[in-house]
Amino acid sequence: MRDFETMDPKEIIARRVSLEIRPKSLVNLGIGIPTLVSDHLDESLGVFFQAENGVVGMGHRPPEGMTDRHLTDAGGTFVSAVPGASIIDSAFSFGLIRGGHLDLTVLGGLQVDAKGHLANWMIPGKFVPGMGGAMDLVTGAKKVIVAMIHSAKGTSKIVPECTLPVTSQRCVDLIVTELAVMQPREDGLHLLETGPGVTVEQVVAATDAELVIGDDVPEMDLSRTG
Amino acid sequence: MHQAISMQEAVEMIPDGARVMLSGFMGVGTPDGIVRALAESGKRDLTMIVNDAARPHTGVGPLVSAGCVKKFIGSHIGVNPVVQEKMQAGELEVELVPQGTFVERIRAAGMGLGGILTPTGLGTLIAEGKQTVEVEGKTYLLEPPLRADFALIAARSCDYVGNLAYMLSATNFNPIMALAGDVVIAEPEEIVPIGVIPPDAVKTPGVLVDHVIKRAM
Repeated sequence: MRDFETMDPKEIIARRVSLEIRPKSLVNLGIGIPTLVSDHLDESLGVFFQAENGVVGMGHRPPEGMTDRHLTDAGGTFVSAVPGASIIDSAFSFGLIRGGHLDLTVLGGLQVDAKGHLANWMIPGKFVPGMGGAMDLVTGAKKVIVAMIHSAKGTSKIVPECTLPVTSQRCVDLIVTELAVMQPREDGLHLLETGPGVTVEQVVAATDAELVIGDDVPEMDLSRTG
Repeated sequence: MHQAISMQEAVEMIPDGARVMLSGFMGVGTPDGIVRALAESGKRDLTMIVNDAARPHTGVGPLVSAGCVKKFIGSHIGVNPVVQEKMQAGELEVELVPQGTFVERIRAAGMGLGGILTPTGLGTLIAEGKQTVEVEGKTYLLEPPLRADFALIAARSCDYVGNLAYMLSATNFNPIMALAGDVVIAEPEEIVPIGVIPPDAVKTPGVLVDHVIKRAM
């Protein structure tokens, strides 16, 4: 049994998110922590990973020395392709994303608010990375999960209301950090699970948004498989 | 039948101030030879329509670094610090477009459509000042077509009539942009006899390609 309390925070998030992925689904993973999610999935699940640049069925990094510039993920990192993979152009790729064909997208975030609005494409006056495919992904995917570290420089990224420009008017379905699993619902932001070795009080102290807390909030069960 | 032109001839065709569509995704599927040649030629005031700003030395990067670009229209500029600097300094105008909207606007231009209706961007900064349209009870943003004077295309293979085939994720924006430039210039990795690219494998019919750049020997 692994000691999850000493696990790297990013790995905790990636592993917890991996439990949300259904067999045979079509999934888009964003850059950063979301990319780590595929390492926690069993290949027998038959999940196809899609990238904005038109790969349906991305595989792990090719063997050393066998990388090729014609096959990368959306971050420009060399990847391979799984058996059954296909290639589509960018218009078709965003048709999959926007047209309701993508089962799940996992993205990073700068802020998520109590209603589930995500902000992840610009910090006015400071840094403007641009939205890339994020606006289409959040608007079009059947399910949206935000996977991110709970705080940045000691400041909660879970806020009452986004102060940064939002990515979409569509609310995300689940927020997974190293401290908590949260779900925006009609009556507020529900705390569903706490991180390994983390108490409800610690989550509340680290979170600017108000949380709806049930009687018995379980700890993430990272030992199970999806 | 095409007669391939030299890199020099291709560069001379593109005047200062042109609107240029450049394919590629983080520099993958970008015609690097003509980007380099344009940067060295000292072109000025180009409007570059390209998905992302890639890095300083890849994709459209060399053109921005060389000061050839007045305006960038695309979806992502997060990993090119030169673009960030020039934008903050007011030397480069940046118009950000969500990637799915970006490619669909280009497709609309190439397919003879008057624009697209998309839910992407509703309720965000992107929607400011734009018309919304209601269809069957759903609201959409009206986004206009996006066309260019030139489309610069990177192909894996090109045959003597200009039929193009692409490879894996280097396909990306190439087949779409090849429809939306007034003048389409292809930079293939190889030129092959007619028949080597089977009809089913042709992604851009040669009738769309105006010029093919000769491979360096």
